[in-house]
Amino acid sequence: MRSDEAGRSGASGASTPDASRRPTVLIERLGQRDVIFAACPFALSLGLVPGMAAAHARALVSDLEVRDAEPDADLAWLERLALHAALHWTPGASVDGPNGLWLDLTGTTHLFGGEQRFCQRLLRFLARLGITARVAIAGTPGAAHALARYGGKHIALIETGTEASALRALPTAALRLETSALAAAARFGLDRIDDLIRLPRGPLARRLGLATVRRLDQALGLLSEPIVPVIPIEMPSVSLRLVEPIGTAESITQVTADLVDDLMPVLRERGLGARRLVLTAERVDSERQRLVIGTSRATRDAKHLKRMFALKLERIEPGLGIEAMHLSVPHAEPLGSTAIGSLIVSEGAVPDLAPAVDQMVGRAGSAAVFRMAPRESDVPERAVRRADPLDVPAGWPSWKRPARLLARPERLSNVVALLPDHPPRRFTWRGMPYRVVAGDGPERIHGEWWRSERELWATRDYFRVEVEGGQRFWVFRRGDGIDAETGDLSWHLHGLFG
Amino acid sequence: MSLPAAPDQDRLHLLAELRASVEIQSYGATQALSFGIDAIDSRLAHGGLDASGVHEASPASTTFGDDAAATLFWAGAAARFAGDTGHVVWALTRFDLYAPGLEQAGLAPDRTLYVEAKDETTVLAVAEDCLRDGSFAAVVAEVKAADQTATRRLQLAAADGKTPMLMLRRWKKAGRDPLEAPSSAMTRWRIGCAPSVQLGYPGVGRPRWSLELVRQRGGNPFSLIVEACDDTGRLALPSAAPDRAAAQGSAAVRAA
Repeated sequence: MRSDEAGRSGASGASTPDASRRPTVLIERLGQRDVIFAACPFALSLGLVPGMAAAHARALVSDLEVRDAEPDADLAWLERLALHAALHWTPGASVDGPNGLWLDLTGTTHLFGGEQRFCQRLLRFLARLGITARVAIAGTPGAAHALARYGGKHIALIETGTEASALRALPTAALRLETSALAAAARFGLDRIDDLIRLPRGPLARRLGLATVRRLDQALGLLSEPIVPVIPIEMPSVSLRLVEPIGTAESITQVTADLVDDLMPVLRERGLGARRLVLTAERVDSERQRLVIGTSRATRDAKHLKRMFALKLERIEPGLGIEAMHLSVPHAEPLGSTAIGSLIVSEGAVPDLAPAVDQMVGRAGSAAVFRMAPRESDVPERAVRRADPLDVPAGWPSWKRPARLLARPERLSNVVALLPDHPPRRFTWRGMPYRVVAGDGPERIHGEWWRSERELWATRDYFRVEVEGGQRFWVFRRGDGIDAETGDLSWHLHGLFG
Repeated sequence: MSLPAAPDQDRLHLLAELRASVEIQSYGATQALSFGIDAIDSRLAHGGLDASGVHEASPASTTFGDDAAATLFWAGAAARFAGDTGHVVWALTRFDLYAPGLEQAGLAPDRTLYVEAKDETTVLAVAEDCLRDGSFAAVVAEVKAADQTATRRLQLAAADGKTPMLMLRRWKKAGRDPLEAPSSAMTRWRIGCAPSVQLGYPGVGRPRWSLELVRQRGGNPFSLIVEACDDTGRLALPSAAPDRAAAQGSAAVRAA
């Protein structure tokens, strides 16, 4: 096992060392006096060290910035970091003491381009958060812990099996010994880990305690030291194992309904609502069939979910029989308790569309249900976009617009029109000649020069024309009729008014 | 002499009961959406479009203009069914509607949900789901083919959910009128573009449609020319003296 450990220098989660050029220290209250808990590099260079009395420090440095240490907040930060690590870098991550993080990197660093690259990436990530960190990767957690805190390098990588030689020069304090053991070691003159390694183990245990020997063995890899990882929030799921394999539609529907009923209390207990549900059916021939449904809003409505599954259950092929079914919720969102509104609902209450939308999505697919929302563009085909069915889009400006728009403008032929600003007199579209009796326009729409070079000067002059017989069309001419750069004066039909 | 009277009485009772049951089944309940135009409302069996029934509209011809007119006719009706709070579902197979144009017939984008289904069977299934759900103010479906069974199903679903179903019957091919086939719809309309009134100055006047009620339950067909939907979805009757306002305006300008 290779392990990694990032030791944070100081304990301030978001200290900004160079933002203000004033030395900064964090203090904590120990009994009756304030003691420096951590100091920034500038303060350290001025001779202020952790453990010094705050009054003494203030006397030494006049413009000292003093803030209270917040160990609880720091720990909360560390836990968030551990959770982030567990979700992004490695499944085995945990908090180590007040200022460190274990990452079990076994078999994961190749995903990030090797150990060296991973360390640099980690440091950059932490630097963006305002945290200065040191990383060490070693074969044992103990060695990594020691190297990160006492190795003196930002990134320390050592090969598995070379822990002893790497640790020799470090002080005994690097071994996570108890305070009494450290004091005893100092009394015996055992300053370096090297001294401990060379000592016979019997006398070592007698003088410094058995715990010291165990720490030493853990650092050298002679004793195992598992990392207990933090577990990100687990997925709510329920399972049913069946006594007899089932194959009929009714039984599958029944089991699905039972699963949904089982799942609802699990979700309610955690205050969650399902957004996506996966139903897995395990067949006798050990094949797994999956059904996925999504909801447009977090829900715990069992009836609604059963109906959604009922739309899709026919896709399950039971084969020789299904012997187990599981229902899990890969995507859930917080959903508080809901009031029972049926007794007090008023007549004019707006009905909730989410169940109906889900049903439509179940029938037609998720991309098929949408609203149209405006986009900030004057070019007609760009002024609309598809939006989520539960959005509340605003409207469009009230220029006359057609009811239907052709997928792309269609070229008109045999156009007779006066330049520059008259609607056409007659034109031919799809082989049919039309004679115009009235026209409105032009409405000039300029190209969007920020999109492409070709639209820099392009303009379209739109006209609403009525032809003989009463049909009304939306036609446009490329170009303003004066400047050749604005378009080639070709006529196109773009939309149809009712 | 009194002996034959008893069976007659019974028969009358039986007839009355049967009529009552049929009444409840087909005209469940209901409120109708009036057009606000006496010439139309007085000739409709319910004084308007029944709010829990199927209604069909078809373009008068295969031209695109008539198609757009029929589209806007339903857009306006759906907008008036929705009012300020309701939502409308518009199901179709190929999305070529232009939402800003529909907004100008009263159908605001925050009131309209579009469903672009892969085939007409799905369109009808989605429409039926929405009708039964009952949380929508109106359901519009564009289909080319819907037989008596399909429309009957929709009619039952509409009565269940008390939601109006507005079907836009588009032309499948020239020469075969979509309204020829039988259907269980309450009303069947044929909408076409009509020439607008010539203005005294360059420009296009308010669009006009030829409105033809081909068939309705409990009433007679009729046809008339109306002015197209305004931005709240309301139709209007052409005014009797179309030139008067323009003439007055120009006279004032001349006097100035």
